[in-house]
Amino acid sequence: MNAKKKVIAMLLAGGQGSRLYALTQNVAKPAVPYGGKYRIIDFALSNCTNSGIDTVGVLTQYQPLVLNEYIGNGQPWDLDRMYGGVHVLSPFETKEGADWFQGTANAIYQNMRFIERYDPEYVIILGGDHIYKMDYSKLVEFHEKNHSDGTIAVIDVPMEEASRFGIMTCDAENRVVRFTEKPKEPESTLASMGIYCFTWSKLKKYLIENENANTGSKDFGKDIIPAMLQNKERLFAYTFDGYWKDVGTLDSLWEANMDLLSPSVPLDLYDRSWKVYARHNNMPPQYIGENAKIENSMITEGSSISGEVDFSVIFSGVTIEEGAVVNYSILMPGTVVKSGAVVEYAIVGENCVVGSGAKIGISPENIENRDDWGIAVVGHNVTISANAVVRPKDIISENV
Amino acid sequence: MGVNNNVLGLIFASLHDSAVVELTKKRTMGSVMFGGRYRLIDFPLSNMVNSGITEVGVITKSNYGSLLDHLGTGREWDLARKKGGLNLLPPFSQSIGEGVYRGRLEALNNVWNFVEYSNCEYVVLADCDFVANVNFAEVIKQHIETNADITVVCGKYTYSEDSGSGVDVIEMDDTRRIRSVLIDPQLSGECNICLDMYVMRKDFLAKLVKDAASRNQPSLIRDCLQARVNEFNFMGYQFDGYFSRIDSVKSYYQANLALLKPENRNALFLPSAPIYTKTGDNGPVKYGLESKVKNSLIADGCVIEGTVENSILFRGVKVGRGSVVRNCVLMQGTAIANNCQLTSVITDKNVTTEDGRVLTGSESYPVYIGKNAKL
Repeated sequence: MNAKKKVIAMLLAGGQGSRLYALTQNVAKPAVPYGGKYRIIDFALSNCTNSGIDTVGVLTQYQPLVLNEYIGNGQPWDLDRMYGGVHVLSPFETKEGADWFQGTANAIYQNMRFIERYDPEYVIILGGDHIYKMDYSKLVEFHEKNHSDGTIAVIDVPMEEASRFGIMTCDAENRVVRFTEKPKEPESTLASMGIYCFTWSKLKKYLIENENANTGSKDFGKDIIPAMLQNKERLFAYTFDGYWKDVGTLDSLWEANMDLLSPSVPLDLYDRSWKVYARHNNMPPQYIGENAKIENSMITEGSSISGEVDFSVIFSGVTIEEGAVVNYSILMPGTVVKSGAVVEYAIVGENCVVGSGAKIGISPENIENRDDWGIAVVGHNVTISANAVVRPKDIISENV
Repeated sequence: MGVNNNVLGLIFASLHDSAVVELTKKRTMGSVMFGGRYRLIDFPLSNMVNSGITEVGVITKSNYGSLLDHLGTGREWDLARKKGGLNLLPPFSQSIGEGVYRGRLEALNNVWNFVEYSNCEYVVLADCDFVANVNFAEVIKQHIETNADITVVCGKYTYSEDSGSGVDVIEMDDTRRIRSVLIDPQLSGECNICLDMYVMRKDFLAKLVKDAASRNQPSLIRDCLQARVNEFNFMGYQFDGYFSRIDSVKSYYQANLALLKPENRNALFLPSAPIYTKTGDNGPVKYGLESKVKNSLIADGCVIEGTVENSILFRGVKVGRGSVVRNCVLMQGTAIANNCQLTSVITDKNVTTEDGRVLTGSESYPVYIGKNAKL
């Protein structure tokens, strides 16, 4: 048995995603549906398998049931390997007691034994809340070429947005000289993507030191990277220039779905050489009815559409009855929109029923005070009764 | 879902290849694409799995490359198992027999070692020319209750001008005992036909197979069911659900378009008994700014910029701007460029057209375009 893996990935999937409110009450953020037939975590897992990384630890903590079931044995991503493959890692009890994962660095620290089993040269740290297609093997190549101890994937962001991110200041050789978390006056526009490649022996040392220092945050951005910089370790920034979108808020989740409908957005879900894999549920092809009107939308198998759909992302098994209108919205799996209902600028969760004549959301053009406008959100398994109204900015998680 | 551990499923993937020569030029009947994302073998195979059968043998003859690719380890049907599971049985897989066979019983003789080795008590036989959602557990139950030697699944069929040849008509009495079997008769009106699905005990089948070999009588229907109808207790199982029969390119075309009717779709795709198939890992269907789609069944991975009406689009089909597709069956990977017009056309896999092509068939005589053709 080959005991050594050159690269393994650790995927931090424990986030509660509290800013997704109604959509993450019972599911962890990485399991939130995205893009018609995917869940957020599919992008990171598919990136791993497409980059030739066949060993992935997925660290879960918050509401792991759906995520565990979804990942299963990893077969949809080709991660059901004899040796390696995908492993879901939950917090566990030891002789010293039991601890929840306290920060990103602590979560990796607590799973060092998992990493050591594969004796890797490099460990890639990933988040479970971004939509992007990235070849991690290029990141590793860059890391090796620079004899780096830690490589941080960065993306060039507009200056006006830079203060929302962790910003890297680099020298001409891409070596990181400074790292500032959410700077008021950013000196660079290279934002950390929360994706790191570390030489394992180095990272291990810093994880142990950080754990013993007991700083409280035990976080990569707040502790590990600053400590490595302080000790003049070789940290490099790897610039990624593809599509990358954080889906940590309801607005950004909505926008990231709408991006798929824009011809100028470089996120190709139809590229056969870099497929995005997902777990499937054996539904027949979608049926588009006699009087349906569909424009500029994405619709997934198992759906039955008889109404009007414009600028929307429709997940699997959705029914839109004749006379219903869905515009600029996201309907998650199994939702039914009854005749006469209007859904605009909204996110509707899984297995909801929108009663006939109900109204969810409104177009920003049809609202007097622009400040009152926002995406309307309906959580999972909610029934909206006939003729009920869900106003813009509303977040509904109980039947109305 | 009950577990039928003592039942072996046997599927004949190649028996009706000659009925749709165009479609089976490069594949077996079982791997003919159907209904947007399926292949014909998915129906008998899913029916068996949904009936709790966990051991299935697939008997092939020739041209089975695409079938092997489709079935793989059987994982998509939950048949990748240590005990039982999916077994592919090409001809020449055994040293006994003659290899390529003439009829069901001769085919079974070739693979008898496999059947013999199975611990099963009953066998379910099915072909790939009928598309239906049949619960074999019910058929087996009736088979045991009626103490039958063979139970034949039958369905109501109405002769019409469109009727192809080769139906086998089953006449039953009030107790469902089969009284006569008519092979390809000239009839009119309604009758019961054989849906090419059979249940019997393994030891009974063993006897038939040995008899057939020694008497050179390879056909189950002609040499056994018809010839020995008075000798044994042959029973009919009345299947009342939806089915369609593929016996010509025309009936293939009609069976596909019949899925546009919700009652047919709902009868075939039961949430309690799904039809499983190999996944394609395609993206959702993308509808462009000028797309107009009506009354169509569309599989994932399609990108539609033009007009599509009354059609079945398989995975990954592209319809360009200004193109109009009506009453068509477009198989996987077909790419229609801009400003084309296709009416009553069947395209096989990966057909591509240039801009402005016009192809017109009729509903009674659809135009068929072969695999990988460039127009």
